[in-house]
Amino acid sequence: MAVNDIDRLIQILSRLPGLGPRSARRAVLFLIKKRESLLLPLIQAMQDVAGSIRPCSVCGNLDDQDPCAVCKDDRRDGASICVVTDVADLWALERTAAYRGRYHVLGGVLSALDGIGPEQLNLASLYRRVEDGEVKEVILALGATVDGQTTAHYVSDRLQGFNVTVSRLAHGVPVGGELDYLDDGTLIQALRARSRL
Amino acid sequence: MDWQDEAIVLAARHYGEHDAVLTLLTREHGRHLGLLRGGFSRRQRPVIELGNRLQATWRARLPEQLGNYQIEGLQSVAALLLDQPLRLAALASACGTIDAALPEREPHPEIFVDLDILIARLIEEAVPGEDGRPGEDRWLVEYVRWELTLLADLGFGLDLTHCAVTGETEDLTYVSPKSGRAVTRSAGRGYHDRLLPLPAFLAEDHAARPDRAAILDGLRLTGHFLSRHVFAQTGQSSRLGASAISKQSAQAEGPMARRQFLQRLQG
Repeated sequence: MAVNDIDRLIQILSRLPGLGPRSARRAVLFLIKKRESLLLPLIQAMQDVAGSIRPCSVCGNLDDQDPCAVCKDDRRDGASICVVTDVADLWALERTAAYRGRYHVLGGVLSALDGIGPEQLNLASLYRRVEDGEVKEVILALGATVDGQTTAHYVSDRLQGFNVTVSRLAHGVPVGGELDYLDDGTLIQALRARSRL
Repeated sequence: MDWQDEAIVLAARHYGEHDAVLTLLTREHGRHLGLLRGGFSRRQRPVIELGNRLQATWRARLPEQLGNYQIEGLQSVAALLLDQPLRLAALASACGTIDAALPEREPHPEIFVDLDILIARLIEEAVPGEDGRPGEDRWLVEYVRWELTLLADLGFGLDLTHCAVTGETEDLTYVSPKSGRAVTRSAGRGYHDRLLPLPAFLAEDHAARPDRAAILDGLRLTGHFLSRHVFAQTGQSSRLGASAISKQSAQAEGPMARRQFLQRLQG
């Protein structure tokens, strides 16, 4: 492998989240050292992913089949849709194994600062899914940020005309969180959403 | 060089994976940008939400450099408004308007104080008025007045005290889109389709509490002059396209957050 090829690989890897030029260089040297056990399987895995993974036409999840495994799973509750910002949020909720409904990935949130409007989000297919009639509840699992909640309010308004319950995730003290270390915004939300014991 | 100042977050943009380029409105140093290392980290992310009050320290080797911020949160304004869509939209609109309207590093302590007061109004609990209605409309009035004050602070104040034609102080109904001066109903009758409506709550001190239509008229009025005098100068209108500053400029245009606020207000 010519040095130029290595430089090119370092340059590409350094664009990945969490990697800079220095760590990309370390990763490349490591891959070259572990050619048989790591580099070649990695190339194969990346080729497989590039060839097979595509967004689900129903929910926007990433999978090697369309519709995705979540949408195809008959054991899931079709009456509930959980709306998330992106696939990473879907995976986070799946890790909990606490939710057995279906999902809808928006692909971002409304952002006046970045010029992202409703037409840039995967909203039309959400309305179509709700319109079909099977859905009884839409859970808005969007970030507790100005953009996230602006999106939640927007989607909630647009779903007013449909016969569905719209809910959102609670905001408050995380498990293992100590009050002293929490920011006051989280504390305010937690206090507002307090519940009777 | 360095300074320390009280500030309000106007915008936070990603720089790399975790860092943020933070736009603050500071009391003494105006609208000021700086790099915040780890701004989008789990610890600092909640502090740099729109409208939050901070204590900011800015440091740079040379004054013309972007510089680095260190911040400490003073009040989480956004967290108080997350459940209230209209107030949240108003907060985003106010921050977006200031961000689009002010040049960098030009001290405007009066604009900082005005925004600070507006934010205080926004987060006040909706207390029912004497007529039993919730206080929501009161902060909407404050919002329109805030935009009028912003225009005045920037040197484009409107004269709504007397008629530009007759000098009368009663029955002021219109505003000239060119001069920004009020016109009475009788003097403007022949030109009413070319004049901007002046809602009563801006013309009279003791006018009845305005409805949503009057608030929207007020925002279209301020929007026209913000587009014409402010956003056009700072490049906001050119981003919107030529139609935004054409003959239909009576429609309020400007930053996207302001347009979204108007849309929400229109229902």
